[in-house]
Amino acid sequence: MIPRQFEYHAPKTLPDALGLLKQFGDEAKLLAGGHSLLPMMKLRFAQPEHLIDLGNIAELKGIRQDGDTLLIGAMTTENEIIWSHLLQNKCPLLIEGARQISDPQVRYKGTIGGDIAHGDPGNDHPALMLALRASFALRGAVAERVVPADDFFIGSYETAMNPDEIMTQIRVPVPAQGAGYCYAKLKRKTGDFAAAAAAVVLRLKGGVVEDVRIALTNVGPTPLRATKAEELLRRKKPDDGLIVEAARLAMSICAPSADQRGDAEYKTAMAGEMTIRALTTARQRAA
Amino acid sequence: MAKKRAVAFKLNGKDVDVVVEPRELLIHTLREKLQHTGPHIGCETSHCGACTVDLNGMSVKSCTVLTVQCEGASLLTIEGFAQGGELHALQESFHLDHALQCGYCTPGMITRAYRLLKENPNPTEEEIRYWMAGNLCRCTGYQNIVKAVQSAAKKLSASAAA
Repeated sequence: MIPRQFEYHAPKTLPDALGLLKQFGDEAKLLAGGHSLLPMMKLRFAQPEHLIDLGNIAELKGIRQDGDTLLIGAMTTENEIIWSHLLQNKCPLLIEGARQISDPQVRYKGTIGGDIAHGDPGNDHPALMLALRASFALRGAVAERVVPADDFFIGSYETAMNPDEIMTQIRVPVPAQGAGYCYAKLKRKTGDFAAAAAAVVLRLKGGVVEDVRIALTNVGPTPLRATKAEELLRRKKPDDGLIVEAARLAMSICAPSADQRGDAEYKTAMAGEMTIRALTTARQRAA
Repeated sequence: MAKKRAVAFKLNGKDVDVVVEPRELLIHTLREKLQHTGPHIGCETSHCGACTVDLNGMSVKSCTVLTVQCEGASLLTIEGFAQGGELHALQESFHLDHALQCGYCTPGMITRAYRLLKENPNPTEEEIRYWMAGNLCRCTGYQNIVKAVQSAAKKLSASAAA
């Protein structure tokens, strides 16, 4: 399987990349890690005339902390996330999520920015970003804007990014000390997308839920925030019965499409089960 | 037609250059232009790991990398493992521990295990299974592959200590 012909560009700076993007417009695609785009090009689902490789732009890489925010370059790979001591200390949920993405080789190439900007509801970072209240820096030809994850995912392969923009940075507020967390993902095998998955961040105070975020992967055209389930839990003691109730509310927003991973009913049930597991683990981890 | 490009990189320590269309995948350049047929084409869909090569210190599936992305890169394939007629510790362990049957996945397995042991010289069985999960084998049931990686790890750390 070989992609259709295209021209390859490897800019070394962000302005150069933005210039190429402006010049070629709709005929261009941005290449990040390439482990979604190249397979699509091999299958000829994607047939760009111009491929703009972001792999040589140093400023798009790296993980650092600025005040209460973790700044992750969009071209940071999954393995770089997994091996980050800073994230291990400040945001272990991101590591737990990245460890469940695809397989080791893919994680050397696959990037967090690519995973988010692709808009594939099967990708794992989008739900993690919703749970973590992340936002994304998007650079256009003239200005930069920052879009919260809550406003970013519009439909299947459709995001708030304009065609002339490049995602440069993922901004994650450092979760509160003692916040519980979990990413529970059901997949058939290594390398598969989730049949369903749930990301949870949970803060307890005196045994009562002070704050909670729940987001679901691959059970709708976008990642889904289970806001009704969050509301149910808030200011209550999260016992097993309440968690099952919350999972039921999470299931009520699921609209998965049937595929080889299962029919809609099965995937919805599994989204409920993943919500129960993620909430239960997060409760146990919350200090 | 897209313009062909000259791409230069190091392959198993030697400088090589090739002229390729931008759409050419690394696995095809290695096998068809550079006669390095150790990396195999298994699935062509970045699942099986038979085409695994080491690219700038990363294990990658060469069916999902463009050759034009390799300008200036340093590449290691299974052809670069044996030195002066001596097998690499991993090759020896795969042989002694019967970690292969048909052998189709073996170059990818060994190349992946090489990078794993560079990053984690003394992995647990669980770590080996987790970090080798991008390579499929349909013959062995993986038991002996895990064993071979463990014995190679021991040999390599013993020779590093010596």
